[in-house]
Amino acid sequence: MATIYIDNKPYDVAAGKNLLEACLTLGLDVPYFCYHPAMGSIGACRQCAVKVYRDENDTKGKLFMSCMEQVRDGMRVSVADMEAKEFRAHVIGWLMTNHPHDCAVCDEGGSCHLQDMTVMTGHNYRQYSFEKRTYRNQYLGPFLNHEMNRCIQCYRCVRYYKDYAGGKDLDVFAAHNHLYFGRHEDGVLESEFSGNLAEVCPTGVFTDKTLKQHYTRKWDLTTAPSVCHHCSLGCNTIAGERYGTLRNITNRYNGEVNGYFLCDRGRFGYEHVNSLSRIRKPLVRSQLPEATDKYLALKAAASAVSAGRVIGIGSPRASLESNYVLKTLVGEDNFHHGVSDMEHDLVDLALRILKEGATPTPSLREVEKADAVFILGEDLTNTAPMLALAVRQAVRQKPLLEQVSEANIPVWQDAAVRELVQTERGPLFSATFTETKLDDLATKTYFASPEAIARLGYAVAHNICLDCPPVEGLKKEEKKLAGQIADALLAAKNPLIISGTHSGNERVLKAAANIADALCAREKAAGILLTVPECNSMGLAMLGGHKLESALEAVLNGYADTVIILENDLYRRAGEATVDSFFKACKQVIVLDHLHNRTTETAGILLPAGPFAESDGTLINNEGRAQRFYQVYPTAEDIQESWRWLSELGTIAAHDEISHWHGYDDILRAIVIELPAFRGIEAVTPTSEFRIAGQKIPRASHRFSGRTSMLANINVSEPKPPEDPDSPLSYTMEGYRGQPPSSMIPFFWAPGWNSVQATNKYQQEVGGHLKGGDPGVRLISPAGTGEFSTAVPQNFLPLEDHLFMLPLYHTFGSEELSMYSLPIMELAPEPYVALNAADAMRLKLEDGQPLHFTIAGQTYDLPVKTSPNIPSGTAGLPIGLPSVPFAELPAWAILNRNLKWKKQPQTTF
Amino acid sequence: MFSILRSMWLTFLHAFHKRDTVLYPEEKPYLPPRWKGRIVLTRDPDGGERCVACNLCAAACPVDCISLQATEDETGRRYPDFFRINFSRCIFCGFCEEACPTYAIQLIPDFEMGEYNRQNLVYEKKDLLINSQGKYPGYNYYKVAGMVIGGKDKGEAENETPPVDIKSLMP
Repeated sequence: MATIYIDNKPYDVAAGKNLLEACLTLGLDVPYFCYHPAMGSIGACRQCAVKVYRDENDTKGKLFMSCMEQVRDGMRVSVADMEAKEFRAHVIGWLMTNHPHDCAVCDEGGSCHLQDMTVMTGHNYRQYSFEKRTYRNQYLGPFLNHEMNRCIQCYRCVRYYKDYAGGKDLDVFAAHNHLYFGRHEDGVLESEFSGNLAEVCPTGVFTDKTLKQHYTRKWDLTTAPSVCHHCSLGCNTIAGERYGTLRNITNRYNGEVNGYFLCDRGRFGYEHVNSLSRIRKPLVRSQLPEATDKYLALKAAASAVSAGRVIGIGSPRASLESNYVLKTLVGEDNFHHGVSDMEHDLVDLALRILKEGATPTPSLREVEKADAVFILGEDLTNTAPMLALAVRQAVRQKPLLEQVSEANIPVWQDAAVRELVQTERGPLFSATFTETKLDDLATKTYFASPEAIARLGYAVAHNICLDCPPVEGLKKEEKKLAGQIADALLAAKNPLIISGTHSGNERVLKAAANIADALCAREKAAGILLTVPECNSMGLAMLGGHKLESALEAVLNGYADTVIILENDLYRRAGEATVDSFFKACKQVIVLDHLHNRTTETAGILLPAGPFAESDGTLINNEGRAQRFYQVYPTAEDIQESWRWLSELGTIAAHDEISHWHGYDDILRAIVIELPAFRGIEAVTPTSEFRIAGQKIPRASHRFSGRTSMLANINVSEPKPPEDPDSPLSYTMEGYRGQPPSSMIPFFWAPGWNSVQATNKYQQEVGGHLKGGDPGVRLISPAGTGEFSTAVPQNFLPLEDHLFMLPLYHTFGSEELSMYSLPIMELAPEPYVALNAADAMRLKLEDGQPLHFTIAGQTYDLPVKTSPNIPSGTAGLPIGLPSVPFAELPAWAILNRNLKWKKQPQTTF
Repeated sequence: MFSILRSMWLTFLHAFHKRDTVLYPEEKPYLPPRWKGRIVLTRDPDGGERCVACNLCAAACPVDCISLQATEDETGRRYPDFFRINFSRCIFCGFCEEACPTYAIQLIPDFEMGEYNRQNLVYEKKDLLINSQGKYPGYNYYKVAGMVIGGKDKGEAENETPPVDIKSLMP
């Protein structure tokens, strides 16, 4: 702690910070542009000038850039000093000389840091009346709009894109007063994190192009705290709605999870909510017309449920509550997980490792602090993008801890730190099937089959702790690599092992667990992070249930005849022929989903469920963190959350337990009482009765416009505002205007701070945790009761006329829901099969030529893409693309070299 | 007693004063051009819609009776997809006109908007848009703004230099 005097008032601030951070933490309004809590300061914009005095007798003082000045005990500072004020007003005057007269047509307007700072410094009227500089804009892809005229040269974009996110194709060009921030030529930005530029840029140079399609000012959005549904990390988001459609997704700061950033899949993958293939009405297919109303559909479903022997199929993309109500409705014995059997086993194993192992799992913020990382079998950029971004920060940790602290440079002195560190990086070892975007950062990469990766993992564990089983028959270089990895992990303070279910091999997970537990046995503060396939995979595993295979058997063998499928497209979970025969054997199929797909086509009764923006629920992310997402806007009566459909169904069917539930809170209470694994989930967020000063928390800002007009075309008499029985949030602008608890911040706003930079008013200290603690409750802690796995696999052996097909994931394309967004679909790869270059030569195949093969009876005919790195004897198949049929991977593919197959039809919705 | 008589006398004298009331509607009162009456959307000197759908009028409106949705034509010119004013709520305060950065929304000296049916007081864009520049002739927002629209490239607005050649190193 240090005491500083700001305008003669003493304040206690954290030592080692810079003066700007200290002032912002204290709640003082010091204008700034180039500083960003995640990226430190470089002193480029000269906007945060304050007066610093030598001692109490010094009356003159000197102007200093507060972001470049370290806090010293007894420091005397003046923010309100006239000279400092004038200086700041001049600086913004200069920054604004070339700023176009654009605010009215600029997407940033109303959430613009430049607008806020201009008002804050008092530069209300333009004095400059000469010619303005102009630039040509660039096409930067489907996510971002470029309007270079608005630039104020703060350098935040390139510092974020190049230095922080590791992008290579955005830079600063030209010189002196005509700097240009863009690509070397028009083209799609390569980084998966490019969308953050829209929030990083303090003005409107980079703006959200998807928002532009249905533009709404920030103040007009009805927003609610949400959780991203597009991968297992559970990044916190803010979803905004206007006129009944979802308009954009922005970051919701969570100091433990996603911090200031989101990946592009999370930010732009929301359009499935507005999709034309949404199910809007309940359908009962046995009658004409099929579309019916809520009660008739529920009655039909209830009579089907009471007449038949029912099983339920849950979903890893549905909320915990929905899965729980389904489980209660059909009974524990009849509840099945709607995931492939391999996925079921792997997620169970991941849960067991986290629960029984000795190693704790770190949050994303803790990942950034790891000083040695070993990745086994995960292409993080494509399976859990934000984790890849965290790993990018982790490789800087070792030089930061060693060189930078030795040179006595504060960590926030970004330019100096980067100058000192140069390309020095901490140890990162990556063992994957084929090349990944993190390879550039890796100390060593190892491309191999899953078995070989697991063997390397076991060998590393054995090198760390001799209690782990040894691996026989390793090659010399593999032995050397294992030794090198073990040494690096042992030398680190916070070594981190990352693996996950996407390799499709349980031995890889076990090897990762062995390494982590071996490090713990050597008393290292190690961490293990396991990614899982979907947003609620971990919750589903914790909930328990049978495999999908047993569901199929139950119906095919006649034990059950009626099935309730919860938000799940079974054609993405099992082979086509299997699912077809399953549906044929079912007497009645009841499906709850929000989008039409092949499964909903087979449904006898189809109930329209609300997607994430139209539902309340809880998700459990890969680290076991329970997080609540809130409904953003009220929906038509016939669309409702799956858990509400199912509990109404249970009530009509007079189910003992369900008929006593009267809303969301009751379900949550029932979960906590019945399942001890979820104890603590009730503390995630306050109950629906929570009020501050007797008031709800408004979803809309106090400037929300058009209340008496937006529905006036339908009826000039305004309807009663909709009510939300499930949460303490209100759908209108009325309510408590102060800061809500951290788990339900609908938007970041503070007086004078309209842009997303208002986040700093919600944090305990700038860039730290939110006031009242970061939202989310961890439900899993390691018990340390597990033992070392001894199941060292045999090495992979190629088979003649076969290829071992490995799953390859894509940020854009592999995830089901985000593919309904046109910009994501545009960037998804064309179907292909990745083949080792030498194998391709042996098979006399060139890039683009078709390869015919069969996996478990399913035939494929895909163009070849050669890769030098994918191991010989294996091949890679992209997962989840709409036109690539499901196969449970990894699996052996039989080559049908002489057969000709018809091209698969492209099915896109 | 005296005061009552005085009041009666003064009242009697008023019978011979010049009348303030006029025989409306046969005789129309004079309304100054800045009188705040019916709201219209005007056009710029080229005949294009002035409104750029910036939402400032809606935000300024104290009774929230303006709602609109922005959209863009293929050249990047922004305009309102719909623009609705609920005149049954409007208090004719003129804040929308003050907030408007493009002089699009204007209050004109016309108040004859009576309706038997309240629903008819909901005006859509087709009811609001007039074929005139209104009170502020000559102003064309897109001639000042830096955005490219059809017929106006970068550097062609007022007080703009031609686009920077970023490959040049000349000062």
